[in-house]
Amino acid sequence: MAMDRREFLKIAGLTALLGVGGKAGFELLAPGAVDAAVKDVPLTAGKKWGMAIDVRLLDDGVMEACVEACHIHNNVPHIGNPKEEIKWIWKETYDHAFPGQENEYLAEGFKEKHFLLLCNHCTNPPCCRVCPTKATWKREDGIVMMDMHRCIGCRFCMAACPYGARSFNWGDPQKAPKELNPNFPTNREFPTRSKGVVEKCTFCAERLAKGQFPACVEAGNKMKPGVLVFGDLDDLKSEVRTALRKRYSIRRKPELGTGPNIYYMI
Amino acid sequence: MYDGGKIITGLVIGVGLLLFPVFYNAGKAAKAPERVLTEKAKAAQQCVEPLSFMKTEHMKLLDEWRQQVVRDDVRYYTSASGKVYYKGLQTTCMDCHSNKTKFCDQCHNYMGVAPYCWDCHIAPKENQ
Repeated sequence: MAMDRREFLKIAGLTALLGVGGKAGFELLAPGAVDAAVKDVPLTAGKKWGMAIDVRLLDDGVMEACVEACHIHNNVPHIGNPKEEIKWIWKETYDHAFPGQENEYLAEGFKEKHFLLLCNHCTNPPCCRVCPTKATWKREDGIVMMDMHRCIGCRFCMAACPYGARSFNWGDPQKAPKELNPNFPTNREFPTRSKGVVEKCTFCAERLAKGQFPACVEAGNKMKPGVLVFGDLDDLKSEVRTALRKRYSIRRKPELGTGPNIYYMI
Repeated sequence: MYDGGKIITGLVIGVGLLLFPVFYNAGKAAKAPERVLTEKAKAAQQCVEPLSFMKTEHMKLLDEWRQQVVRDDVRYYTSASGKVYYKGLQTTCMDCHSNKTKFCDQCHNYMGVAPYCWDCHIAPKENQ
């Protein structure tokens, strides 16, 4: 990339600003800061996005609100057939969420409890390693991103993901059953996908770019403040790191070495 | 030449058949469609770049935008005039050019190109 002196100084200054200015509670960019300063600089610098989910606050109502908000924002259709289901974030039982940790004598209620699952935005994502077209890759800010334009639908990533976080479009989502999707597409500012591509959670990258939280975080916290804590895992003072310091947390299948970045605070 | 009469007749018929479409369609070329602008587009005076550039390069610009937004998260475009735009087919382009059938499709059909943008991206609602 050709870069002149002015541009270099701009980027250098900005990076320093983003790195130093990360106060707790102010983790995302301050409103307007995006527009003012970073018009032509990637917003991905100096972050490692992650999430902590407070299991104690999690109930069915909250989970359903999160799923609903996500699927509305991202134009995820209801297919009706569980075999062709498309899900970015979903509800799952303890034994399915944390296989290998189904101790015979668990704390009361855990066996029946449901958990909120989504893409773990792994530090070492196996899905990206197997993708033959680089349609999925790890962004600098930790988001495991999808480029639907490049996806050829080989589904290697689905086989590689140990969390089942990826869904395949067996049919054209724009032709999903009308009776299940009366207002589809639900978000006219966001595209749908096409037949034959894989899709998954993107941490609402386009919302982050505007300085907003992901749709699930916003919806969940509206019902139970603090249930989903989202932020920069690289920032010691961030809300997530503070929450994770205070509470014991578990992750899904950490023994596989994928380095999941979704923490469940028990 | 043996069977000269038959061969020449055959040749005349053959060439005639071959050239038939040319004569049949002579003077009937489909007229290039006129670009239709919405009130909003007219009021803006200029697209993100000048007309001549947009006419020939809009596909390259869109391709560049998609690459930068999706892969590099560079979401703002500074035009030659210094004005800043949010890069987005659905949110920026179609905000002004909300008459997709008249603005995009007409000319694409005429040229016989079928961009697959609309397989995923949502076309604006049009009053027809």
